[in-house]
Amino acid sequence: MNQYEVTFAGFGGQGIMTAGQLLAYAGIAEGKFVAWIPSYGPEMRGGTAYCTVVVSDTRIGSPIVTNPRGICVFNRPSFDKFEPRVKANGLFIVNSSLIDVTTSRKDINEILVPANEIALMEQNVKATNLAILGAFIGATDVVDFETMKNTITQKLGKRKELLKSNLAVFDRGYELAQKHAGQKEKA
Amino acid sequence: MAKVLMKGNEAIAEAALRAGANNYFCYPITPQTEVAEYMAKRMPEVGGVFLQGESEVAVGNMIFGAAATGKRVFTTSSSPGISLMQESISYMAGAQLPCVIVNIMRGGPGLGGILPAQSDYFQAVKGGGHGDYRLLVLAPSTVQEAVDLMILSFDLADKYRNPVMMIGDGMIGQMMEAVEFPDKDADPKPPDESWAATGAKDRKPRIIKSLFLDPVKLEENSWLLHEKYERMKKEEVRFELYKVKPENEFMIVSYGTMARICQTAIDELEEEGVSIGLFRPISLFPFPSTQILEEATKENVKALLTVEMSTAQMMEDVVMAVVGNRPVEFYGRCGGIVPTPEEVKEKILEMQKTYSK
Amino acid sequence: MKTEEQDIQRSAFVRPDSMTDVVTHYCPGCTHGVIHRLVAEAIDDLGLRERTVGVAPVGCSVLAYNYFNCDFLEAPHGRAPALGTGFKRLRPDMIVFTYQGDGDLASIGMGEIIHAANRGEKFTAIFVNNAIYGMTGGQMAPTTLPMQITTTCPTGRDMNETGHPIKISELLSTLTTPSYIERVSVHSPQHILKAKKAIRQAFQNQVDDKCFSLIEVLSTCPTNWGITPTEATSWVEDQMFKFFPLGCFKRPDDGKVK
Repeated sequence: MNQYEVTFAGFGGQGIMTAGQLLAYAGIAEGKFVAWIPSYGPEMRGGTAYCTVVVSDTRIGSPIVTNPRGICVFNRPSFDKFEPRVKANGLFIVNSSLIDVTTSRKDINEILVPANEIALMEQNVKATNLAILGAFIGATDVVDFETMKNTITQKLGKRKELLKSNLAVFDRGYELAQKHAGQKEKA
Repeated sequence: MAKVLMKGNEAIAEAALRAGANNYFCYPITPQTEVAEYMAKRMPEVGGVFLQGESEVAVGNMIFGAAATGKRVFTTSSSPGISLMQESISYMAGAQLPCVIVNIMRGGPGLGGILPAQSDYFQAVKGGGHGDYRLLVLAPSTVQEAVDLMILSFDLADKYRNPVMMIGDGMIGQMMEAVEFPDKDADPKPPDESWAATGAKDRKPRIIKSLFLDPVKLEENSWLLHEKYERMKKEEVRFELYKVKPENEFMIVSYGTMARICQTAIDELEEEGVSIGLFRPISLFPFPSTQILEEATKENVKALLTVEMSTAQMMEDVVMAVVGNRPVEFYGRCGGIVPTPEEVKEKILEMQKTYSK
Repeated sequence: MKTEEQDIQRSAFVRPDSMTDVVTHYCPGCTHGVIHRLVAEAIDDLGLRERTVGVAPVGCSVLAYNYFNCDFLEAPHGRAPALGTGFKRLRPDMIVFTYQGDGDLASIGMGEIIHAANRGEKFTAIFVNNAIYGMTGGQMAPTTLPMQITTTCPTGRDMNETGHPIKISELLSTLTTPSYIERVSVHSPQHILKAKKAIRQAFQNQVDDKCFSLIEVLSTCPTNWGITPTEATSWVEDQMFKFFPLGCFKRPDDGKVK
């Protein structure tokens, strides 16, 4: 990997910004260059909030990426807005709990993650972002699985009772993406 | 110290504390309000002065009063707020007071928008206020550089007893990147007793002012300031070259975040077999004119391209720098729209066609 | 050995340490000089000169820094309270006073003075009200009396067009933040003595780290009022008193509004 760009998009409260920041922290832990760029202003108040994270082995040029290699969408408005922007041969992770459509693009790898259901399975409704982040790491290895888990433990470890379920949700997302990759290889 | 992930605005705030600047006055405005919020929490920890003023007009003048103590003081704002501070900036330049002002620029004119822009270049570099004065103007392109330049800004302000302005587009303020700080907070810098208002004990009273009703005195003061600006031109020019090579036919001149976007365009063009260099001014005043001329007049260079998030402001300085030796082209977007690397590439390819004829 | 009589003469005729030995630029009959002296005497009496910083306005008293023998800042028009705030916040151990006219404080600097008072900035504001813009040659001020003639209301101030005189002391004393607000006059020896007491108290409050203080001083401008100095002193009492009654409007300890 030389450089990977990923956008997380959804509405406020879905942990979009946190998901991106966790990835950025994990990148720093691996000694990589990182940049995290939020959307800001009135557009944060409704509709789509999003952030883009760039993780690179070398100094990062443009922090603005029109067509990132990966995009994770958490709600329908984000699906509509960002689906066309995924780079060809890129990754598109869709929160299928809240989005009932799938892509018609043939040139991207779409993974459906029922993030809300996964979070509910661990009685942690707020952890949908970790299900998606888990799937993202499972599908890309932008940062190492262990680095990411250590980062989550470090950054979200203050509330011990939640940490366990947070990690469990992350694991489930990760496994789902790995399984998806396995199936794709077989096919 | 280990690297930490930090938003540009917060990193700027923290950098000021590391520079021993424990005095901050502010007024909220997007996209720089995080500096104020961060300072509101941090200042009590370091025993400094934090105050939210009633307007940018007042804040600028609070900085004026505070700077007269000789202690390090700063403020941050965004375009419309910086316009309101021009009064105090002009007075402080006239009265030779050191201070640091950060402008996290948004699109203008007027209320404009809140998205990133570089449209306050003229205001910063050519003097937004009245009178014969200049600010030292620095423009970071990464969060780390914002930290480094913030610390440098205080040293330069003290060195020249002049306001220093750091300008970054909204992205510099909002973006998070890994940054490293000097190990610990600097102790608050002791005030410079040689000129500050400290009480007329065992000395004559000091008057800190920009009023000189006698034209001879005012002219004297203006030339004194001018000498200072000439010294800055000799000692404070800062810039960076990226992939500037003798075989290049074109050179991009761009600053701040925009320069990073150009870097990406340059990298991609390189993969396609097109070699382009980037000249990135870091100090906008003093402007690296001599150095641009030197690079521009190298044998193979056919033309220059300035890329900005404005409608060609810095371009005027580039044109002046090359004094007619080479054509200077422009590409820019504004209003909060940021040019993409693809757009910059397209412009370069178009120039290639034009100039190979 | 000094006799008591000599002492009295000293206090009456010797220049206070806090004033410089220069001739002021003020017009004959103008009471700026008297007010300057009262401020300087208060600083002397309390032994504050060596740790005092004054902030000069834009207006007739723009050159005040030439007449006081202490450190001084020259502020943009109306912004003296902002400069005072910035300075005093960083140096609470020093004594800060602003000296402002009615155009400076009550017109262009209205925002700055209200917010400084409301924050309870612990400096002393000397507000000189002569109901007119002096330095620019006699234009209408926010404190100009109804039907008073100035160069920008040549037929007299029309209240329907330009409102009524702003009463700064009354206005500032409505703020909840504790402060000391008093209006005095310097048109007669008797009033001068009362003004001296108030100004001294305003500085004492700062020494005690107590509160924001503002002393509004009714002042004369025979030149721009177009009358003789003697007539001017009567005009203060006959005309200005109607709109600007003297008295203490607010004390830090009682917080009462008159």
